[in-house]
Amino acid sequence: MGSWKGERVSKAYLGVDVGSISTKAVALDSGGEVLARSYLWTEGNPVRAVKNVLAEVEEQVDGTGAEIVAVGTTGSARQLTGAILGAQVVKNEITSHAVGTLSRHSDVQTIFEIGGQDSKIIIVRDGVPVDYAMNTLCAAGTGSFLSSQARRIGVPVEEFGEYALRSKRATKIAGRCTVFAESDLVHKAQIGHAVEDIIAGLCNAIVGNYLNNVGKGKEILAPIVFQGGVSKNVGVVHAFEQATGHEVMVDEDGHLMGSLGVALVARDSGGEAPFSFAVRDVAFETVGEECGGCPNECEVVLVLREGEVLDGWGNRCPRGMERVAERLGVSKVTVTSAG
Amino acid sequence: MGVNLAQVEGAYKVSFPHMGNYCIPVRTLAEPLECEIVTPPKMTRRTLELGARHSPEFVCVPFKYNLGNYIEALDIGANLLIQAGGGCRFGYYAEVQEAILRDLGYQFGMVRLLGGFDLREHIRDFRAVNPRLTLWRALKAYRVALRQTKALDQVEELMRKNAGFEVEDGAFERIHKRFLAELDKAREIRVIEDIERRYLAEMASVPIERPDDMLRVGIVGELYVLMEPFSNYFVEKELARRGVEVHRFVTVSHMVENAGKHKDAYLRRMIELADPYLKYHVGADGTESVAMTHKLMRDGFDGVLHLKPFGCMPEVNAMAALQRLSREHTFPVLFISYDEQTSETGLATRLDAFCDMLRMRKGKPSR
Repeated sequence: MGSWKGERVSKAYLGVDVGSISTKAVALDSGGEVLARSYLWTEGNPVRAVKNVLAEVEEQVDGTGAEIVAVGTTGSARQLTGAILGAQVVKNEITSHAVGTLSRHSDVQTIFEIGGQDSKIIIVRDGVPVDYAMNTLCAAGTGSFLSSQARRIGVPVEEFGEYALRSKRATKIAGRCTVFAESDLVHKAQIGHAVEDIIAGLCNAIVGNYLNNVGKGKEILAPIVFQGGVSKNVGVVHAFEQATGHEVMVDEDGHLMGSLGVALVARDSGGEAPFSFAVRDVAFETVGEECGGCPNECEVVLVLREGEVLDGWGNRCPRGMERVAERLGVSKVTVTSAG
Repeated sequence: MGVNLAQVEGAYKVSFPHMGNYCIPVRTLAEPLECEIVTPPKMTRRTLELGARHSPEFVCVPFKYNLGNYIEALDIGANLLIQAGGGCRFGYYAEVQEAILRDLGYQFGMVRLLGGFDLREHIRDFRAVNPRLTLWRALKAYRVALRQTKALDQVEELMRKNAGFEVEDGAFERIHKRFLAELDKAREIRVIEDIERRYLAEMASVPIERPDDMLRVGIVGELYVLMEPFSNYFVEKELARRGVEVHRFVTVSHMVENAGKHKDAYLRRMIELADPYLKYHVGADGTESVAMTHKLMRDGFDGVLHLKPFGCMPEVNAMAALQRLSREHTFPVLFISYDEQTSETGLATRLDAFCDMLRMRKGKPSR
């Protein structure tokens, strides 16, 4: 690359993070500066969400003379998004978050991350991730926990933080399990606890849950950076500071850290290929079906681009994809999963 | 009691639960019973679903796999089941599984091997099924089965260490398949030795390319999920795919070597190795997990995977010690818990992140 139609063109890198609740995208220049950012709800439709964030990114990149030369995807829909965008890099969210955070806070020793349905802790020493853990059993201690309780109380989750900070005496909420927390919360409301105190109690419950599960047995040292959607909740940040006794930093782009990290990984991978925002106009479809060839009953998913198989996964053996493709009458699978 | 044959009608058809490829030596071991041997169908999701449906919800997952194997075997005609036992909940598997299967209406006999690896005890139990069984016949089967086990463990160890670096996809697996077929037919020590030699040589000659950032990872934990690939979601293969040389101490050969009269000395050695993280034995394989992790760390491995069935008490005991070891030496240990709810995607994410993390550490040597 270098010039296009006589104009000077600079290289840019796209990172897309499609999570259970929200979809994030950033475009970076080669120095790692953010050229464009977008944050939208996934709403159970990752393909549409990706197209929507692309539209926002395109608008911001337009006119800067930057051209996307590499794409990285992460988050729970990273494989699907990677296939659709022809990504150079498909990375797990833990690595992406670590890389993103380290690019901004090189001295960080502990990264807390609480997203919509999962939460993780990454321990960093001397600029290198040395240990991590992710919630395994249950979503109590994630963003979903807060938003389901918000619905119950009737306070928008975005306002939770301010309510919590107003509280003088946080209510104790049994936060081990989302369902039981809700019954405890209803009970506390019925016996007259103030909404502020209950919300502060919820923030404490989520932090207690996080530290007792994900953070169990880890050496939590400052500087601590807290990110993921829940980091925007000042009540939870405050609860973390109380519980750990350290200052807890929240980056202004904390909710974008996964996409930022994977854009950097894509940049450093060295792989480049032309990318066009016109991918937004292409019809993508996913079809899922049980293979049925053996008792394993693999749920095979095929990604179709304009009716042709682009990628697929979920099969334990090569027969699975062929069987499903044949049955659905779509053209033969040529690409195998990128893993 | 160890043997209950009251309900068996007609000729015996013996079956047993699966664990890795050990059905090969187990069949050899069962031949002196002089009855039909019914190998349970290959493990699938259905095995686990059947097992989980009829098991107590919070029992450890090997129980559910075993029960699934039994049901699938009984459904294709087996009427005599073999179960062993161990120093944790495994010690009660046979009684509880027998009761569940009888409640389901199956008519069958149950042989519970009480003697661990003690041959004399086994012969007594086996004679209840086949009174004509001679000591000589049983001894011969035992020797052959042991030799098959050793060959199996040797070849699979070589595979674990190299399969991740094969130049041609699936090269090791193809050889492995042929090896299993030949080993299954062999009943002479000489022949087994020859098979082992040939296949070790053939595997050693498979072209491999080890990258500069190659990782060496050990896997420790509860023995069933370590040795039954279906139950650990083929974690060794998954690591190999990510360019990892995989080490595992726990095999049936290893267990036999350190059983019986060697057991006390072995446990003492394990406690010494686990020092200062454990002072006392923590039950079943827990002490070993800590000891081996300590050894792997000192041997310069990049990290350790600790596998356990969800709710496995001895391994939960080991985890506290492992967390301290990991923290004090910033030595990466990834803890993975399995049950029928385990998500394959979740596991893949964790393995990816673990391997990335180990590579980042290697790239930038810490102080």
